[in-house]
Amino acid sequence: MRRWIAQSLAAAALTTLSIAAAPAQAFCGFYVAKADGALFNEASKVVMMRDGRRTVITMANDYQGEAKDFAMVIPTPVSLSREQINVAESALIDHLDAYTAPRLVEYYDPDPCGLIAQQRRLSTMQNTLSAGAADAFREKARTLGVEIEAEYTVGEYDIFILSAKESGGLQTWLNANGYRTPDGAAPVLASYIAQGMKFFVAKVNLAEQAKRGGQFLRPLQIAFESDKFMLPIRLGTVNAKGKQDLLLFTLTRSGRVETANYPTRRIPSDLDIPLYVQERFGAFYKAMFDTAVTRAGGRAVFTEYAWDMAWCDPCAADPLSARQLRKLGVFWVKERATPRPPIGGTRRQSGAQDVFVTRLHVRYDAATFPEDLRLMETGDRRNFQGRYVTRHPFAGQSECPAREEYLKAKARAHERQAQTLATLTGWDITEIRETMRASGQATTGAGGLEGQPEWWREIWNDG
Amino acid sequence: MAIIEATSSQPSAAAARPQSAPRWRGVARPRLADPRIGQIIALSALASAGVFALGFDVHPAHALIAFGAALGVQAAASLALRLRFDPLSPAITALSLSILFRAEAVWLVALAAAIAIGSKFVLRWNGRHLFNPAALALVATPLLAAPLFDLGAWVSPGQWGALGLWAVIVAGIGATVAGRAARLDTTLTFLAVWAALIFGRAAWVGDPIAIPLWQLQSGAILVFAFHMISDPATTPLRRDMRLLHAALVAALGFALQRAWITDIGPILALVLLAPLVPALDWITRRRIGASDPQTGA
Repeated sequence: MRRWIAQSLAAAALTTLSIAAAPAQAFCGFYVAKADGALFNEASKVVMMRDGRRTVITMANDYQGEAKDFAMVIPTPVSLSREQINVAESALIDHLDAYTAPRLVEYYDPDPCGLIAQQRRLSTMQNTLSAGAADAFREKARTLGVEIEAEYTVGEYDIFILSAKESGGLQTWLNANGYRTPDGAAPVLASYIAQGMKFFVAKVNLAEQAKRGGQFLRPLQIAFESDKFMLPIRLGTVNAKGKQDLLLFTLTRSGRVETANYPTRRIPSDLDIPLYVQERFGAFYKAMFDTAVTRAGGRAVFTEYAWDMAWCDPCAADPLSARQLRKLGVFWVKERATPRPPIGGTRRQSGAQDVFVTRLHVRYDAATFPEDLRLMETGDRRNFQGRYVTRHPFAGQSECPAREEYLKAKARAHERQAQTLATLTGWDITEIRETMRASGQATTGAGGLEGQPEWWREIWNDG
Repeated sequence: MAIIEATSSQPSAAAARPQSAPRWRGVARPRLADPRIGQIIALSALASAGVFALGFDVHPAHALIAFGAALGVQAAASLALRLRFDPLSPAITALSLSILFRAEAVWLVALAAAIAIGSKFVLRWNGRHLFNPAALALVATPLLAAPLFDLGAWVSPGQWGALGLWAVIVAGIGATVAGRAARLDTTLTFLAVWAALIFGRAAWVGDPIAIPLWQLQSGAILVFAFHMISDPATTPLRRDMRLLHAALVAALGFALQRAWITDIGPILALVLLAPLVPALDWITRRRIGASDPQTGA
């Protein structure tokens, strides 16, 4: 049986979406939903710790096919020893994904007649992810110009570290050993070979996996030192699967990470949107991301989150513990350290505990992202999050002159929300207004406020 | 107004050094024929496109601060040195900074502008300033900001992406501008060497043509080629030396970038090679004696 080669950093695979309820924690407004990686089918998730030349890459494995068919090939700048390879827990990446995901929050309007509205806490909608060869073998490889520099079994994976002289030999070796490389991989492999990159090749050791008693494939981690702060994505563009999504989480010391060879844009954020989006936040975020990608000509990397992890406000999920951060490669964090808000407005007081997380979302193919992502750490420690706001109108029955003004203002606000939503997602404005009206959010646009005269009826009748 | 106040607020300095007392010598009136006017228009268009169309992560206030600081330092230095105040040069520097420079705090933009303009008056050699003002500020400010003020400052070279149509416009206006400033040769030499290196590397590693084409369209490279290295004040006077200088900047910039030392190779190279300019001018003078170095005649 031949194995399919996984074409991106992590094996691309279908993900299942299940909805589970969990309590939400919120500070500014109540947090109701988030758009995490599970929304985007075939989204690879990669966590990258970078400090100076030190690099730790954690690659989520959301591959869901037969374990025996799984394989992946990753170009790495250096050869890796056994100690530089590790298998991590999937929960780490899922937690980071949840913590940094774009989020929907809700506010309750106070009583326009002066009563303080009682605020309720909504539950969270959370998308959960089910998340030795003999000498002859080496000799055969060598005749193909492929050097098997090392061979390890780590957790449920069999790993080869390869260097190659030319792509034809490498491809032949891969094919002969059960990795089916797609057409068009040869020139990309050749480019990496010419750049002196090594290849990290992993497949599942079925016996080890059976011992672990599971189907579940855990994330692979590699740690190395290199001047190259980059993420190889070109092998992922070789297949004909079209555009792919990649979520890159970086953990750095001094600030936000952006791409040096592609534009990095902030995802539109802090916008008021209609209430009914609460029921379809996933669809909203996907449509908004599609629109943002299209507007950028398909050639931008989007920042969805950028935050100093020494503290957190508001948190979409509990911040990662020092232990979790260390497991993701953040070597400078001490185990006993607890997240603490900055004191007296001065930042970086936490010193060695500083971790800055950036969540970058890339949708790429060979046409729009021809070269690998060249990354750079900026000095930017300003916090940013993809955050969308819904506002519940005051539901009480109090009567006063202020209430009328409130309703009018509300209708105008609803119309602005409808327009915002249409602009962000490309959804039809008429449908948006109708859905809003059906959910009790009348707008001033086309049709007027329910139970209120159209705006033009009033303008000449003030006297 | 500010300048007049500055004059009256420094009576003691004037009394102490009557010979070199600060004196406002007026504003050098820009002529429409000045090629720098075109350059300002081109850069303004780019800066506006960045902020308003391309969604750059930069506040319009940054541009205003850059302008204020650059013009302010230029005015103060002109006053102190009894020079006529030339607003065009600092305006160009301020625009270049607005386009490429990013900082956590707005006042760091002012610092960058002050470093840029200040360097023109302080770091001089043989009657000419050594460093391209904007390039020096882009390299120096990030190095100073983190250790001194614990604040981030950086250059965002990738934010232009492939400019496409914009690239054509910048190149077009830039070419006209550089041509009128008699420095199109520098720009074209730099671009030719840069392109040759990029395409050469792609051919060497077997990359598809899309990769060097993408790299060549970088907005930061075009801004650098047309608006920084083309500055007549900081390039060698004689033409062949100028072309050599441009080629060296391209080669060193490429090497720095490929070695992962920096993401702004050409800008760093221009700063590092600044001492080469007086050296090349000195060689020119030695070779041709008293003849006009501008033309070599």
